[in-house]
Amino acid sequence: MAGASSSSGVKAALSLIAKRFASSLLTLFLVSLVVFTIAQLLPGDAAQEALGQSATAEQVQALRHEMGLDRPAHERYASWLSGMVSGDPGQSLVANLPVSEVISSRLPNSLLLAALSALVAVPVALAIGIGSAMNRGGKLDRALNISTLSMVAVPEFLVATLAVLIFSVKLRWLPSIALVADDMSWGDYLRGAAMPILCLSIVVIAQMARMTRAAVIDQMDRPYVEMAVLKGVAPVRMVLRHIMPNAVAPIVNAMALSLSYLLGGAIIVETIFNYPGLASLMVNAVTSRDMPLLQACAMIFCAAYLILMLIADVTAILANPRLRAQ
Amino acid sequence: MTASSLRWAKALPLSAKIGLAFVLFWLTVAVVGPMLAPYPVGAFVAYDVFDGVSAQHWLGSDYLGRDVLSRLLSGARYTVGLAAAAALLASATGTALALTAAVGGPKVDEPLSRFMDTLISIPSKILSLVLVAAFGSSLPLLLLIAAVTYVPGNYRIARALAVNLAQMDYVQVARARGEGRIHLALREILPNMIHPLLADFGLRFVFIVLLLSGLSFLGLGVQPPDADLGSLVRENISGLGEGALAILMPAVAIATLTVGVNLLIDGLKGKRA
Amino acid sequence: MTAHVEVNGLRVTARNAAGETFPIVSEIDFALKRGEVLALIGESGSGKTTIALTLLGHARPGATIAGGSIRVGDHEILSLDARGIAQLRGNRIAYIAQSAASAFNPSRTIMDQVIEPALIHHLMPRAQAEKKAVELFRALALPFPDTIGSRYPHQLSGGQLQRLMASMALVTDPELVILDEPTTALDVTTQIEVLRAFKAVVLERGATAVYVSHDLAVVAQMADQIVVLNQGRIREKGAADQILHRPADDYTKTLMAAARPAIRPAPKQAVLPSAPLLEIRDMTAGYGKIGKDGRPRIPVLRDINLTIERGATLGVIGESGSGKSTMARVIAGLLPPAQGEVLLNGEPLPPGLKGRSRDQFRRIQLVFQNADTALNPAHSVGQILSRPLAFYHGLKGNAARLRVLELLDLIRLPATVIDRRCGELSGGQKQRINLARALAADPELILCDEVTSALDTVVGAAILDLMAELRKELGVAYMFISHDISTVRAICDDILVLYSGTMVDMGRREAFRAAPFHPYTDLLIGSVPEMRAGWLEESAAARSLPRIGAPAEEADLCRFLPRCPARIDGLCNVTPPPRHQLSKGNDILCHHGEVTLTQVQGVAA
Repeated sequence: MAGASSSSGVKAALSLIAKRFASSLLTLFLVSLVVFTIAQLLPGDAAQEALGQSATAEQVQALRHEMGLDRPAHERYASWLSGMVSGDPGQSLVANLPVSEVISSRLPNSLLLAALSALVAVPVALAIGIGSAMNRGGKLDRALNISTLSMVAVPEFLVATLAVLIFSVKLRWLPSIALVADDMSWGDYLRGAAMPILCLSIVVIAQMARMTRAAVIDQMDRPYVEMAVLKGVAPVRMVLRHIMPNAVAPIVNAMALSLSYLLGGAIIVETIFNYPGLASLMVNAVTSRDMPLLQACAMIFCAAYLILMLIADVTAILANPRLRAQ
Repeated sequence: MTASSLRWAKALPLSAKIGLAFVLFWLTVAVVGPMLAPYPVGAFVAYDVFDGVSAQHWLGSDYLGRDVLSRLLSGARYTVGLAAAAALLASATGTALALTAAVGGPKVDEPLSRFMDTLISIPSKILSLVLVAAFGSSLPLLLLIAAVTYVPGNYRIARALAVNLAQMDYVQVARARGEGRIHLALREILPNMIHPLLADFGLRFVFIVLLLSGLSFLGLGVQPPDADLGSLVRENISGLGEGALAILMPAVAIATLTVGVNLLIDGLKGKRA
Repeated sequence: MTAHVEVNGLRVTARNAAGETFPIVSEIDFALKRGEVLALIGESGSGKTTIALTLLGHARPGATIAGGSIRVGDHEILSLDARGIAQLRGNRIAYIAQSAASAFNPSRTIMDQVIEPALIHHLMPRAQAEKKAVELFRALALPFPDTIGSRYPHQLSGGQLQRLMASMALVTDPELVILDEPTTALDVTTQIEVLRAFKAVVLERGATAVYVSHDLAVVAQMADQIVVLNQGRIREKGAADQILHRPADDYTKTLMAAARPAIRPAPKQAVLPSAPLLEIRDMTAGYGKIGKDGRPRIPVLRDINLTIERGATLGVIGESGSGKSTMARVIAGLLPPAQGEVLLNGEPLPPGLKGRSRDQFRRIQLVFQNADTALNPAHSVGQILSRPLAFYHGLKGNAARLRVLELLDLIRLPATVIDRRCGELSGGQKQRINLARALAADPELILCDEVTSALDTVVGAAILDLMAELRKELGVAYMFISHDISTVRAICDDILVLYSGTMVDMGRREAFRAAPFHPYTDLLIGSVPEMRAGWLEESAAARSLPRIGAPAEEADLCRFLPRCPARIDGLCNVTPPPRHQLSKGNDILCHHGEVTLTQVQGVAA
């Protein structure tokens, strides 16, 4: 009986995951439509823009043809999309290099920054969130509540300026500009990237901790927790054995949402510290209206967001016996 | 009226009172601030750049020798005004669409929700960057861009509320009475969403303040000669090394505004629970 | 022999929103000997659960045990520290919660949770605890006792979970067991099985027990002593026999009276030659896509045929999931049927909301079970009642206000409630407003979906009285949907018994007084506890089932087959049952004829 139900349960869970995956792909496709459409609404002409005011009409026309701007929108969309999928999203207008090349020089830096920030933020946020939930209504909880509440509302550039003021200007511990080169040692890299990591973590920790606390408290109000109290279960066992299995899904969801915030937060932080990542690249693309580069960056950020959400949903499916073992 | 709002404010927890004070302060500044400014906004009035506190310039001078206090009072109006208008627009649009989805049946709900889900998968800062790149950043455009960016978030929350309420027995009773969709949406469902929607409006206001000042900080938001609080931080960034008031004060101003709104909302939530 | 459990001067307080402290229970004294069962009886808000939890040294968030003493065996509960009390809980004192479905952790297996008390109190190794749990599963008559432990709560039924919770309580052989309304969430036919299992296993093991309930008849089966509570104070306490048969206190007498619904005679009706008020013909309804055979993917109701005459009351009875609420939704137009039609005054109604005229809407009104969710919290009483007046009758301004006052008078509420919001009213008052909103339409038929289930017995009885009066005064017809056969038998002219979406038994009220019935009706009637000790032992309901072979696939067999005590191998599991009429007038869907049914059921009923 049990064996049969668990194998059919695995099947059900797998089909749910497959469905969820397909839905993410569909969303990504729709996102590409939206991004492409917005870029198409660009007033003015990319070719004109690229050549400047002094160009002759013939030159502009030639470039328009070369860039494919004289073809109908759906054709351009199709060729852009197939380019994106095959790893060739076109030519960066400003750098005059293939977009893929520009991005591949920056993407690893961004991923490393995000990974290290997550590595700092996740354990701290979990500790704060669970700690204040267990101390619910107490002094510690209220103090943490006020401080995380304030932290989520503080602009990243204030965190960054204060950090520079304290650690670079006053204490002179860390450089205020993140110099990152390919041949750096790990120690040098960490010294260089310490400030961006610190700023990103602070911003994300507050959010993540608040959502973790909410997820744990939501479980604490359920009747099964009272039942466990009346069985004589001690607080630590309560959290680890009773609440956690049920709170895993919402907590992972909170993590994913907050980490996706890293993507946006990185824009300011990378710019302030001159960190050579994807986000600062994107800001440059906006300033120079380098649409092919901008579109590619936007698609990468959206894909990252969707991957995070997918991970959260798959965790929820695996953590829930209703979905795992039907 | 005044007496009852005073009593209401008195019953708030301390943190919410502080929040309320900040919010009222910045609202007042946004409305009357520029009239109180000691110097014209663009005037070069100090002999020195990045001056400290003095009797003439309470908050010192900026990188061009302009009066920081005067620029702050005027910048606050841009920040508060733009964000409030954009938050209002985003909330009104999102909620109207959410109500349409809740009473319109699956044929309206499904495509609309799918579209909003798509928009929400584009992180808000990324979406606004793409929009700025495509359309530019004049003041009306910034307002629209901020609103568009935060419509999906409001829609998601308002739709969840509305769909839940649409299942309530009293809405079913109204449907069985033969009521039309507009009555259902506006009379039966909407009044019960007001409190959470107000809280969401506050949050969206905070998000938009952060977004717009972030854009201005990157040089992509409010363009000179206009300046919001984010622009003030950007233009004085060269004073960072000296810890100049010209860069700290606008950053602190933004923080007190957004933290104030957050504290107030949190206190109101706690009060109702 | 001294008392095993002794409670003296117990006082529990709570704090309201304004920060004032007020008592929720006070001056509670009682004592019980080892092995005795004491019942705490009361309506909602009486403090019965609060008192029961104090025996475990527990107060819900917001409440504080403010004074008094509680002794269990050698332990002074209120003088123990957190560690000391945790050592007793789930060990010497065990708790069985009201809703096992939510009291089990959804993410852990049953076995993990059942043996947890034994493991955390270090009473026995895991293997021994698991062995003991399986023994308890067997004793509690649970199916598949060897493997049921590896399942998760969502895979089991409410009745099974309630028994599993009992095994969790008993795995440590506690000296005191607290049972907090352990059968309230269950259907009546399941309740009797659980009660039987509890009585056999929990009480026969010699543990002292405190049984919390609002149901005197259930308590009559279990208790040696009864404490009657009202608004946090003891009204009366004594031996079960005395309280049940010779109650001294007025409040106890009211409770007893409300528990036995008075039979209300049907008002004389003029015989009308016209078409019946409502008629349902061959209706099938459900959710999901409608297949080629005309049945929806998730069928809820099938082959429904019924009529309601003008001014009559039809009772629809069935357990949760039987489709009785769906019936009301179909008639009201909220759910279009997959097949068949609904006729009002002889004319077919459009299947859904679309196309119904305002007058058709007006004639049929819907009243839901829970007034808390049926009345819009954003509107005042006056707004709620004047909307149908404006919508159907075009009444506005002063005329509308006068009519609202008339309606309030009709439902015996003071005119002052007109500007209040529903949140400020009591449960009974809200249900009256709920009813008045339907009356405001001047309807011909009111669909009442479990209108008294969410109310305390005394309040519910008053609502039933009101409905009977309105029927006499206004000549309105009711469809009265309920899970409670005694209420239905007391107030309805005609009764329809639903089982799993099919009509198994239908007839005049008189036909439901004595056997023969459809076997399910018999089980339903036989499962309603009677207010005397010993009923549980005597009752024959839900005993052994005859063995049958695997049911034939495809055929539209009797839905009650898996639980039917009168099923016949080779007939019931092969051929669909016929619908036929018994001599006293009710139509049943069963293979059995009058003679066999009378033989089987004659004694019990």
